[in-house]
Amino acid sequence: MKQYTNQGSNDTRSGFGDGLTELGKTNPNVVALCADLIGSLKMQDFINENPKRFFQIGIAEANMMGIAAGLTIGGKIPFTGTFANFSTGRVYDQIRQSIAYSGKNVKICASHAGVTLGEDGATHQILEDIGMMKMLPGMTVINTCDYNQTKIATLAIADFKGPVYFRFGRPKVPNFTTPELGFEIGKGILLNPGADVTIVATGHLVWEALQAAEVLKEQGISSDVINIHTIKPLDEDIILNSVKKTGCLVSAEEHNYLGGMGESISGLLGLKHPTPIEMVATQDTFGESGTPAQLMTKYGLDKNAIINKVHQVIKRK
Amino acid sequence: MSNIETLENISFQVRRDILRMVHKVNSGHPGGSLGCVEFFVSLYFNFMETRVPFEMNGKNEDIFFLSNGHISPVFYSVLARKGYFPVEELNTFRLIDSRLQGHPTTHEGLPGIRVASGSLGQGLSVAIGAAQAKKLNNDPNTVFVLLGDGELQEGQNWEALMYAAAKGVDNLIATVDLNGKQIDGTTDDVLHMGDIAQKFKAFGWEVISLKEGNSIKLIIESLSSAKLKLGKHKPIVILMETEMGNGVDFMMHTHAWHGKAPNDEQLQNALAQNEETLGDY
Repeated sequence: MKQYTNQGSNDTRSGFGDGLTELGKTNPNVVALCADLIGSLKMQDFINENPKRFFQIGIAEANMMGIAAGLTIGGKIPFTGTFANFSTGRVYDQIRQSIAYSGKNVKICASHAGVTLGEDGATHQILEDIGMMKMLPGMTVINTCDYNQTKIATLAIADFKGPVYFRFGRPKVPNFTTPELGFEIGKGILLNPGADVTIVATGHLVWEALQAAEVLKEQGISSDVINIHTIKPLDEDIILNSVKKTGCLVSAEEHNYLGGMGESISGLLGLKHPTPIEMVATQDTFGESGTPAQLMTKYGLDKNAIINKVHQVIKRK
Repeated sequence: MSNIETLENISFQVRRDILRMVHKVNSGHPGGSLGCVEFFVSLYFNFMETRVPFEMNGKNEDIFFLSNGHISPVFYSVLARKGYFPVEELNTFRLIDSRLQGHPTTHEGLPGIRVASGSLGQGLSVAIGAAQAKKLNNDPNTVFVLLGDGELQEGQNWEALMYAAAKGVDNLIATVDLNGKQIDGTTDDVLHMGDIAQKFKAFGWEVISLKEGNSIKLIIESLSSAKLKLGKHKPIVILMETEMGNGVDFMMHTHAWHGKAPNDEQLQNALAQNEETLGDY
């Protein structure tokens, strides 16, 4: 049985904002920091209700990461908010030393990830962040796919002890998971069962993967569609069990193929169960200005790209 | 024995610890460590309200961060002498499987350390965060942080300086170790920073100048003066002029000992200048 229904569109960042607002009511240790992007991160409701638990840092992301690390020392659970680019590449060493190596319980919440940031162009569209963050020892890496999942993931990371990189996006996209699916860090979700190919998707590509599976079904190809929301630690079992059945896999993500989820899966398969794999991802390139939909098409990040890769990988079985 | 004599006695032993630690592994940073002995000893044995054994969250106690992590030998010696961990462990400095890493870290669980440091310019931000957490917790204690002067060349410090003043972080006492030296030479030669006191003032900080940063008496006076300025909506900095290598004549007035250990003969010479007051580890 398929495990999803399109309930209309919303943005993942609003899922984050609403999750944070809920945490404001339920977890007194949660504090929020922002580097001059309150509106973009949908933090205003949390701030209105918890003004003393909010820290406007200004345009100073390095300082924000350090302050977040320090806040944990008094038992706080800091959620930092800025774009994915400024949450990672700009502050890699601050995260590495003051947060990851120091084992601090900071939640690095990163909106506007990938090309779907859109018109602002490549300076703001990071496609390398998953790679940078998954390389850090002890860092948990999460990339959610819709509003509902982003909201419950926000709640889940507050209860999890340890540094988390939490990636979501800007545009309104179909909201198709249900809260009943739950959110367990490190546990993939089978959204559609199939037998001929495994499609593993994360973030905005999950909806595209489900759309692709419907087209493929009409072509007589049945797809196991797995949502990997936690890229690290990777749910190895759900992937290995699926490819033992299907014999091939397509990964799909809004990220460079170097360093992304597909690379992690490729490593897993190579080590534990060699299986043909194709990757839907950007091809070692920067993005550019355009609408999110135009960019997803131009950079090969849509359902058609997934369908093409499925045809290719099935031939390699 | 007066309080200051007691602290001076501890300082002799801390200098011996530093020298023996770096000599044993032929690596580490004795110069800056020796320059800050009196500051660390005054802070930990006279000034801060701290608890032993160590608790990471530091609630209702004063807490200290070392931003210029390369002077780890003085930090380790003082923490051990304060009782956070056995002094014998100083023997393991920079060795494989040790909790006493080249630069301080929480990763190996060494009591007394609350954040990793070594990559410069990050400690002030962390200290500000810890100070903000204290305010949220209605915790009246103070956060201390030590920075190097060369370290001020890192831009993150200036983000933090601006923030602390704008937000009135007034439960924080920063100290800058003005020894005027960094790896490639004097701070003036490498990258002249202009008038540091004026810069701090222009950023909205309360500035206390400490001209003799190797005088325990004057360090305590400066810290006491800083304490009186707490809670007045302004962050406080002590600009502490120190002599790198202080207490060992041939290590003073040069930057040669920034990151170099003494050989056997030099060690004996240096130890002869510092009496074994508390027993070597």
